[in-house]
Amino acid sequence: MNGLHDVLLSGGVQADRVIDLWRLLLWVCSGVFGLVLVGLAWALWRAPSVRNGSRPLHPDGPARARLLHWRIALATLVSTLLLVGLTAASIATGRALAGLSLDGALHVEVTAHQWWWELRYEDDPPGALFSTANELHVPVGRPVLLRLRSDDVIHSLWVPSLGGKRDLVPGHEVTFTFRADRPGVYLGRCAEFCGLQHAAMSLQVVAHAPAEFDAWIARQREPARAPTTAQRERGRTVFSGASCAMCHSITGTDAGGRRAPDLTHVASRRTIAAGALPMGEESLAHWITDPQSVKPGTNMPPTVLTAEDLQALVAYLGSLQ
Amino acid sequence: MSSRCLDMTLCAALLLALPLAGCEREMRRFDTPPKATDRAGPQGAALRPGPFASAPGGPDAQARSMSQVPRQPPPGYEENAFAVAQGKRWYRWFNCNGCHANGGGGMGPALIDATWRYGRQPGDIAETILQGRPNGMPSFAGRLNEEQLWQLTAYVRSMSGQLRADVAPSRSDALSAGEPESRRETQRPGRR
Amino acid sequence: MTDRHTLPVTADQEHLLEQTWRDPPGWRGWIGAINHKTIGRRFIVTAFGFFIAGGLLALLMRAQLAGPQRGLVGPDLYNQLFTMHGTTMMFLFAVPVMQAFAVYFVPLMIGARSIAFPRLNTYAYWVYLFGGWMLFAAFFLNSGPDAGWFAYPPLAGPEFGPGKRVDFWAQLITFTELSALVEAVVIITTIFKLRAPGMTLSRMPLFVWGMLITAFMVLFAMPSVMLASTALLLDRLVGTDFYNPNEGGDPLLWQHLFWFFGHPEVYLIFLPGLGFLSTILPTFARRPIVGYTAMVLALIATAFMAFGLWVHHMFATPFPELGKAFFNAMSLLIAIPTAVQIFCWIATLATGRIVWKTPLLFVLAFFFILVLGGMSGLMLGSVPLDLQVHDTYFVVAHLHYVLIGGAVFPLFGALHYWFPKITGRLMSERLGHLSFWLMFVGFNATFFPMHWLGLHGMTRRVYTYPAGLGWEGPNLLATGGAFVLALGTAVAFANAWWAWRRGVPAGDDPWGAPTLEWATASPPPAVNFPAPPVVHRRDPLWHAPEEPTHVAGLALRQREVLVTTVRDAEPDHRYRFPVPTPWPFLGAVATTVLFVGSVFTPWAVVWGAAPVAIGLTAWFWPKKDDRDAQAIALERAP
Repeated sequence: MNGLHDVLLSGGVQADRVIDLWRLLLWVCSGVFGLVLVGLAWALWRAPSVRNGSRPLHPDGPARARLLHWRIALATLVSTLLLVGLTAASIATGRALAGLSLDGALHVEVTAHQWWWELRYEDDPPGALFSTANELHVPVGRPVLLRLRSDDVIHSLWVPSLGGKRDLVPGHEVTFTFRADRPGVYLGRCAEFCGLQHAAMSLQVVAHAPAEFDAWIARQREPARAPTTAQRERGRTVFSGASCAMCHSITGTDAGGRRAPDLTHVASRRTIAAGALPMGEESLAHWITDPQSVKPGTNMPPTVLTAEDLQALVAYLGSLQ
Repeated sequence: MSSRCLDMTLCAALLLALPLAGCEREMRRFDTPPKATDRAGPQGAALRPGPFASAPGGPDAQARSMSQVPRQPPPGYEENAFAVAQGKRWYRWFNCNGCHANGGGGMGPALIDATWRYGRQPGDIAETILQGRPNGMPSFAGRLNEEQLWQLTAYVRSMSGQLRADVAPSRSDALSAGEPESRRETQRPGRR
Repeated sequence: MTDRHTLPVTADQEHLLEQTWRDPPGWRGWIGAINHKTIGRRFIVTAFGFFIAGGLLALLMRAQLAGPQRGLVGPDLYNQLFTMHGTTMMFLFAVPVMQAFAVYFVPLMIGARSIAFPRLNTYAYWVYLFGGWMLFAAFFLNSGPDAGWFAYPPLAGPEFGPGKRVDFWAQLITFTELSALVEAVVIITTIFKLRAPGMTLSRMPLFVWGMLITAFMVLFAMPSVMLASTALLLDRLVGTDFYNPNEGGDPLLWQHLFWFFGHPEVYLIFLPGLGFLSTILPTFARRPIVGYTAMVLALIATAFMAFGLWVHHMFATPFPELGKAFFNAMSLLIAIPTAVQIFCWIATLATGRIVWKTPLLFVLAFFFILVLGGMSGLMLGSVPLDLQVHDTYFVVAHLHYVLIGGAVFPLFGALHYWFPKITGRLMSERLGHLSFWLMFVGFNATFFPMHWLGLHGMTRRVYTYPAGLGWEGPNLLATGGAFVLALGTAVAFANAWWAWRRGVPAGDDPWGAPTLEWATASPPPAVNFPAPPVVHRRDPLWHAPEEPTHVAGLALRQREVLVTTVRDAEPDHRYRFPVPTPWPFLGAVATTVLFVGSVFTPWAVVWGAAPVAIGLTAWFWPKKDDRDAQAIALERAP
């Protein structure tokens, strides 16, 4: 998997703003930390060292005590002012983040499942709606409005290079907005512990130039490519006849399962199994025959096929660009 | 000081002395289910979604699946809470609700009562799911693998309170559909 | 310093007092012991035992994460490991060990002969121990909780958390919260009512203030998690819908209830650590603390403000933005009282004379580690930045910096400081320095790289991570550091063990310290103070004795304790304290049967209540015997 996955390497305006806040906090906090250590070192250097059990002191006359107390009060006041300033900076950043213009936003509904991401692009007329999984394509420079829902437990969507995270809580629907300002691939992960394969629930965000994005959308709206070879034809039959269609769907075929990723254009994706394996025929074969060895605990069952059927199925799926 | 020695020894002993025995209820098995070794009759391992592409649901496959469903599931399903929970997931995912609702029945018979047309044993229920039954129960041969089949069977039995209370699932995270399976009692015939 | 040989008590009288106050011999005595020092020792040892267990769990986790896709531990076991690690450290170690030190030392520091409610104190210890055993028994039977130490539903709920795993976790909460609440009542009553005459509130040691305030926080915070965990148990076992959004409940309800407890919880751990600092630092700076009043007010302010921060654990959840801004502000402002304390400590060191002993080293580490953790805490308190680093290894780094720097290092300092008092022997300075440096270097090597990991995208609670993201190096370093840290703690425990067996005898007051626990023998006699002191000033042992010096006239053959008033500690009345009895132990056993049974069936609540009721009745049954007549005679003719 390649792609930016770093809070400090930004691909969009939201992440930029957070980096600015981070820099401010880093400088202030490092400065304060340094001052405390310097203060401590100075205190230890200045005070004489004595043997254990030596006579205790009562060194503070009233004047000295007052002086110490004023100094401490001053240091406290300075600390308070710094903290108030940092709070103001945080709130200002928050307001800036909330102020992202939503004109012309792309609407996508994200539903989190154990352990994959379902994405429905909503800007289409109902007949042209499509679903995809685990890979969110967005146009550069255009705001994206995600509607976040969870199908089972609490998950959290996080793409570090594009912005902060949002929890997907069952029973709540939340929106999250961001804008990718530079083309590229951005890696995201689920960031709320959600069970056995929380570690392998990745989301990739692919930001395209607008023309490329339009082309991608147009391809995704089309139903699945009809098989062009006998092997792929056999593969489609295997798909419909085996257990695949119980959970998966391929638009344009009889397979209409809604419980697992939509596979209509699976071969156009960069990875399968929410980022666990790179897209490819070998990966597909591995995933289909022994998913537990890739993601122990996954709900995808192992499927037993003859070698020929497996090859045919994989060839068919590999053709679904 | 001896009391302190005793405390430390006791604490250590109890922390370490418990056997690392797996508690069957809590096992999470992610690979193929354990092979049964001591059951009479044909081996459940013979159940496989067969080479259906070349003979989809053909007579060979049907005959195979009809004759070889064992009476008891392999060990590791009806005592295993995780397996029964997975079965509940399959019940929802494969739309058993469509005919059986949440067990109260509708187009299909109720699953929460004590009336079983084709038998209440795990083997009977597995056979029902695998080969279908007259009057509309479809056959799921080739659509489920063996593990899913037994998990679903175990869950169906839990719906009428036939499983132990600590193994059967508790309430769903969904609209309430009646008592949680772990608190159900099998209804007796004759009781409305 | 008070010379024990000028006490108004003869050797014969000391011997009689020892007979009256000591634990009975044999196994009956072992079960029936209620002396606070006996219970305190057990409590401390048990808590450190759980610390070691939690640490071993962490080493397993780090071994798994040393490299990508290591395959040492699968996801199911890993989920149990990190849940057990968090649960053990937070519920079975961090809060109990502080209460354990309080149980042992608060009565000594306030000049009392006993803790208040000694039998209840004993009961609380047994309940805690049995709860911990239940949890580990469940873990070894593959039934250990696996939904995180915070157990968010719906993952921890009945549908997505099948089996009994989370039920054992929720019941552990019941055990530990019962124990902690009872201990809090015991500690508050002790501090308010059993102080030596003349020890007004403003003459109390800062550790005692810290424990008093912590105990009040316990009273307000624990009920929230008890409510939350009970509701979770009801959801899981009975079928209620507290956390089911489809029937009117809400998973966020859990988060609010849990974190309303959970945030004060970390301050329950932190405040006693501050108390340790305020005890050790003045002793090894050879001067009283600077700004005593400010220190007390800072502790109180921290405690209050701690209840106003909890939503900072929930910044990523659906919650109104204005509300989040409030919690953002509070999360930053709570640094102010801690800053006051830090300035006062530095001033104390700067104007004192330094004794470079092991307890001071551990305490000095606080200034590096806790302050660094506090800085990352400011970052996490800021909503926009938190939304980036929440639930990543940045938080793991932060929480370990504040908890280990703010509590565990001071705790090890307290261990070295007070070990001579508990055992009568000194720990080795050489091993102490070695363990300190191993722990300090190991700790920083383990947790500093985690800041980097979080900023570079590594999320928490993952059993493995893919190669090629750049996380391999820091993870390997963290694993190495963890083993060094573990080695350091092992050296410290070995040091304690050897010192206990054949360390140098310590004498009453090896450090020349100012507080009252050093005015009696090491280890203290069963009665603590054959003649309880009268206090005239703060830091009493650092001033010449003033008349009157001691309390005389308390009974020799009864467990008689002088009870004083709350604010000014004027003598109020004499109270006869209970003798050793097995009923607290038996009551704890009955309670355990009730709690563990109710994990499996609601009927256990009904049937289990009977033995508990019987036990409590036997425990509280008023006893009439000739000791009453003797006590009345003493009252009339002292």
